[in-house]
Amino acid sequence: MAVPHAKLDLTEARLSGMARPQGAAWANEARLLAEARVRSAGLPTRRDEYWKFTDPASLTQVDAPRAATFDALDEAPLFDGIDRLKVVFVDGVFDADASDDLTMEGVEIERLSAALSKDIHWARDIYGVLETRGQDPVKRPLAAMNTAFATDGLAIRATGKVTRPISLIYLHGSESSDAILHHVVKVEEGAELTVLENGPAAARFNKCMEIAVADGGAFHHVRAQGRDHERRAITHMFSQIGAGATYKSFTLTANGTLTRNENIMEIIGDNAVAHVAGAAMGDAKHNAFHHDDTVFITHDALACESRQVFKKVLRNGARGVFQGKILVKAGAQKTDGYQISQALLLDDDASFQAKPELEIYADDVICSHGSTTGAIDDEALFYLRSRGVPEGPATDLLVLAFLAEAIDEIEDERLRADILGRLESWLVRRRNG
Amino acid sequence: MLEIKNLHVKLEDEDKQILKGVDLTVGAGQVHAIMGPNGSGKSTLSYVLAGRGGYEVTAGSATLEGADILAMEAEERAAAGLFLAFQYPVEIPGVGNMTFLRTALNGQRKARGEDEISAGDFLKLIRAKAKTLQIDAEMLKRPVNVGFSGGEKKRNEILQMAMLEPKMCILDETDSGLDVDAMKLVSEGVNALRDEGRAFLVITHYQRLLDHIKPDVVHIMADGRIVKTGGPELALEVENNGYADILAEVV
Repeated sequence: MAVPHAKLDLTEARLSGMARPQGAAWANEARLLAEARVRSAGLPTRRDEYWKFTDPASLTQVDAPRAATFDALDEAPLFDGIDRLKVVFVDGVFDADASDDLTMEGVEIERLSAALSKDIHWARDIYGVLETRGQDPVKRPLAAMNTAFATDGLAIRATGKVTRPISLIYLHGSESSDAILHHVVKVEEGAELTVLENGPAAARFNKCMEIAVADGGAFHHVRAQGRDHERRAITHMFSQIGAGATYKSFTLTANGTLTRNENIMEIIGDNAVAHVAGAAMGDAKHNAFHHDDTVFITHDALACESRQVFKKVLRNGARGVFQGKILVKAGAQKTDGYQISQALLLDDDASFQAKPELEIYADDVICSHGSTTGAIDDEALFYLRSRGVPEGPATDLLVLAFLAEAIDEIEDERLRADILGRLESWLVRRRNG
Repeated sequence: MLEIKNLHVKLEDEDKQILKGVDLTVGAGQVHAIMGPNGSGKSTLSYVLAGRGGYEVTAGSATLEGADILAMEAEERAAAGLFLAFQYPVEIPGVGNMTFLRTALNGQRKARGEDEISAGDFLKLIRAKAKTLQIDAEMLKRPVNVGFSGGEKKRNEILQMAMLEPKMCILDETDSGLDVDAMKLVSEGVNALRDEGRAFLVITHYQRLLDHIKPDVVHIMADGRIVKTGGPELALEVENNGYADILAEVV
């Protein structure tokens, strides 16, 4: 099918000023093919079914819309009390001085550019490969664009049980920065790795992470997208999950003019587990808030379990979107798939759109999905107030209670406490601001 | 302590008058009981005093130690010393009982300009109070009222009352859904809180509760008004003869 003219023009305009970084022959080819994928699909517009609820215009326009820089000096850095290996990116560029030494037992960490310039490298089997697999049946041109043009990122290979999380810290220094980051992660058989992400990153942020979890491996991901109100971000996580392996990803989101987080998981080995969860709170009182969680889980193995738990609290015209699909391929018997997306609308101006989908070709599976949109429980609110809890804190308590199911998906107790603490402080900040 | 004068209340959304001139004065240290048939406005009175939405006061006043409580938000009334033990305590999934009570206690303290209670002191206090009400530690950890039996919910209400130490306690059909043993336990909890600085307004259908919580004054409410006031013997009269005779006499 030919790409419509308007889309073609948009795509050419966006790609015109961009250059593919050069490296090893295989990497150059991967990037070249990725650029071809962008051109053949065309960059998304509101007219695409997959972007019906989220307008991608600010993600595809030539220049990044300006976004005020943000430096949260009035709060302790997130994950501060956790022993972690810090890797800092400023406006999408690796900052060696601000980062810890990249050596740690059980893991190899190198800069993407270094990995992609080696003739022989494990990343070859992952870079752009998982992203390509994720292009079917739905096109994700912004991810392909990322593969073609990503300027920085990390290549991480876990070979053992890595005790300290790798903490990716994104700082935003320029009001017009337009960052494209790409990380490739390989968790070898039986290895374990936790990756943390937080910080405002850039005025516009396109981030892609490809994660291959080998048999018996475990990958945990905890991310916080925070107080940068004018953030425009599109992120993709493409994962391939082997037999008996575990993949768990959690994201806390507050604020942001436009954030779309896509999580595309392919379960290829028996008895694997894939959980993805998100808690988002948006208040569009001072700035627009639009948050989109788009999830696609493919079950292509026996007796695997997947869980999607997404909760959003929205007010003052904030908009939430959830698109979640579970695809169970023929033969993926004994699949246990669960999906829940819920929104708590704190006033009449907020809105939530959900598109839950199941597509099942196996006959012995358990798959359930649910989606609800509701207001705060007036009875509960009155009960709290009648005990002396003022309306604001009482509402916050109910908001926390609502988000708890998503936050409980964070397995590590310390990380869960950290995220919860941050959420509580952001609630107080919102109330006082 | 509590002074209600000529209180008229209608539903906010419909043109339905529920309270049609309630006059009631409860003195410090006293226990008053309100009895009355279904639909007489007893629960509405308790909700209006506690500050629940959905009602409109069209005339009259209600003061707590001279302060106009009707002008206050629900949380301000609580901080001023008013407490309503709910007929149907609300379940709040996701909010732990302890968190709830500590937030409430500190909310009230803050409103009164007092220091917040420390986590350690709070824990000691709640453990002691819970023990006398036979509320186990597990129940304190669970989300507010979620999965509690009818008796547990009512005991939890009394625990909250004991922790918050209000001046004016309104008990809305606290005996409903309780078996004899649970009623005894709850009544003991209430009696333990009786002192000369605190007053109670006990709303009930049955005289039975009043065997345990002995009232000083009994009021009969019908059609949105207090129609008869007397001593404890009035409750016995209701128990023996029902409301019909009393109502006939009044009308």
